[in-house]
Amino acid sequence: MSLIDIAFYFFAILIIASAYIVVTSKNIMYSAFALLFTFFGVAGIYVLLNADFLAITQIVIYIGGILVLIIFGVMLTNRITGVDIKTGTMSKFQIWMTAILCVIAAIGLILIFTQTNWNTALSPTKASTIEDIGTLLLTDYLIGFEIASVLLLIAIIGAALIARRKTN
Amino acid sequence: MNEISWILIEAGVKALIIIGMMLLVAAASVYVERKVSAFIQLRIGPNRVGPFGLLQPFADVFKLFLKEDIIPAAADRWFHRIAPVISLGVAFAVYAVIPFADYIVIDDKIIQFGIAPDVNIGILFILALTSVGVYGITLAGWSSNNKYSLLGGLRSSAQMISYELSMGLALVSVILITGSLSLTDIVRDQAGWRWNIFIQPLGFIIFLVSSFAETNRAPFDLPEAEPELVGGFNTEYSGMKFGMFFLAEYANMATASALIAMLYLGGWQLPFPPEWLGLQPHTLAMALAQFAFLVIKVAVLIFFFIWVRWSIPRFRYDQLMNLGWKVLLPLAIVNILITAVVLYILK
Repeated sequence: MSLIDIAFYFFAILIIASAYIVVTSKNIMYSAFALLFTFFGVAGIYVLLNADFLAITQIVIYIGGILVLIIFGVMLTNRITGVDIKTGTMSKFQIWMTAILCVIAAIGLILIFTQTNWNTALSPTKASTIEDIGTLLLTDYLIGFEIASVLLLIAIIGAALIARRKTN
Repeated sequence: MNEISWILIEAGVKALIIIGMMLLVAAASVYVERKVSAFIQLRIGPNRVGPFGLLQPFADVFKLFLKEDIIPAAADRWFHRIAPVISLGVAFAVYAVIPFADYIVIDDKIIQFGIAPDVNIGILFILALTSVGVYGITLAGWSSNNKYSLLGGLRSSAQMISYELSMGLALVSVILITGSLSLTDIVRDQAGWRWNIFIQPLGFIIFLVSSFAETNRAPFDLPEAEPELVGGFNTEYSGMKFGMFFLAEYANMATASALIAMLYLGGWQLPFPPEWLGLQPHTLAMALAQFAFLVIKVAVLIFFFIWVRWSIPRFRYDQLMNLGWKVLLPLAIVNILITAVVLYILK
C-alpha cells in the first residue's frame, strides 16, 4: 500500500464518517460542523485526482461561503440549536420510492466509477489546470458560463431587494 | 525509503522550523507592540523582566501556561476546546505556500525556501485558509454561551466575510498583471523595483485596509471592542486557550504583513542589483540576503500595524460595513476594470 493509497483511504473514511454524523446528529450545530470535514475530505480527494483548482474552489466556495452561511443561520435563529430533530414517520409508498431512487443513484455512481478514466495522482500531469479551465470556460462552455453568471446576477439583485429597507 | 517519504520528511522539518520562527515572531511582536504603545502614550512599557524587558513575552507565556483553564458550565465543551486550535492552526497553515527566498542549488539539487512555494494555486490557498479562519472565532463566540462572546463572534465573521471580497478583488488585479497564481511567480515578476505598489497603488491601499479588517486589528477590532463587548469572542477563555487566540492574532498579523510584502513590495527581491554585493543567483548567500530583506519588509509592516492601532480610534460597526461594501468593493472592481483595459491596450 503506497502513501497515495493511505491518503485516499484517510479522506474516504473522513468523508463517510463525517457525512454520517451530519445525517444522524441530533444537534444541528454538530451537523453543520461535521459538514466542514466532509467538504475538506472531498477537497482532499480532488487533490489526489490532480484537480488542484477544483480542490481549492471546493474549500473557498463550500467551506468559506456556503457553510459559513449555514452556521450563521443556525447561530442567529433563536433556540434552533436545542431543537430535537425528529425523523418523521414515512408511509409505505414513500419508503418504496426512496428505496428505488437510492438503487438508481447507486447504479449510476457505480457506472461512473467503473467507466471513467480516472486521472490519479500517479499519472503524468500538466503543471497547472487553471489555464485550461479558463480557456475551456470562455470557448467550448461559454453558454453555460454565461447562464451561470446571469443566474448569479439575478440572485444578487434579489438578495439586495429583500435586504433593502422598506421606505414609505 | 521512496521519494514521497523523503518529501514528507522534508516538509515536516521545514514546518517545524517555520512554526518555531512564527512563535518567535509572535513573541517579538507582542514585545514591540507593548513598547511602541508605551512610547506613543509617553510611558516606559515593560522594563523589569530581562534587559529592557526583553523577556517579558516569555514571562507572559509562562503565566498563561500556569493559569487555571476554565470552561463555563453552560458552554459547549467540545467546540469551546476546538475553536482556539482552529484559529491557531489556520494561522500557521498559511505559511505552507509562502516563499521565503528564491530556491538554491547545491550539488545539482534544488532546495526550496518554504514548504511548497511553487504551488500553482498559492494565492487561492491563502484565500481559502483565511475563510476557514472565520470558523475559529465564530465557534469560540457561539460555544461560550455568552451574549458578549456571541456578538463578538458574529461581528467578526460578518466583518471577515465582507472584507474578503474586496481583498480577493484587489488580488485579481495583481494576478492579471503577473498572469500566475503562484506566489513565487508574483515575486519574481517584481524584480528590479518593478514593485506592484507602484503599478497598483489603489489595489495596494484596498488590500492593506482589508488586511486590517481580516486580522481584526484596530481600527477594525470590533470583535473584541472592550467598552461594548467586555472582551468579545474570547471573553470566556482563560489560560493557554486564551493564549492561543492571542498568538493567532499576532501570527495573522505576521501573515498579512508577509502577504503584503510578497504581493506589493517585491517579496524577497533585493532593492538593488545583487551584483553590488557580488551575489550569484541561487546560492546560499543570495538566499540569505533575500530572506533578510523579506524580514525587514515584514518588520516594517508589523510596525505599521502597531502604529495604526495606537493612533486611530475604533470604527463604529455601520461605518465599518459602509466602508467595506460601499467604498472598497466598488473601488476594487474599478481597479480590475482599469487594469484589464490597460493590459489589453498594451498588448
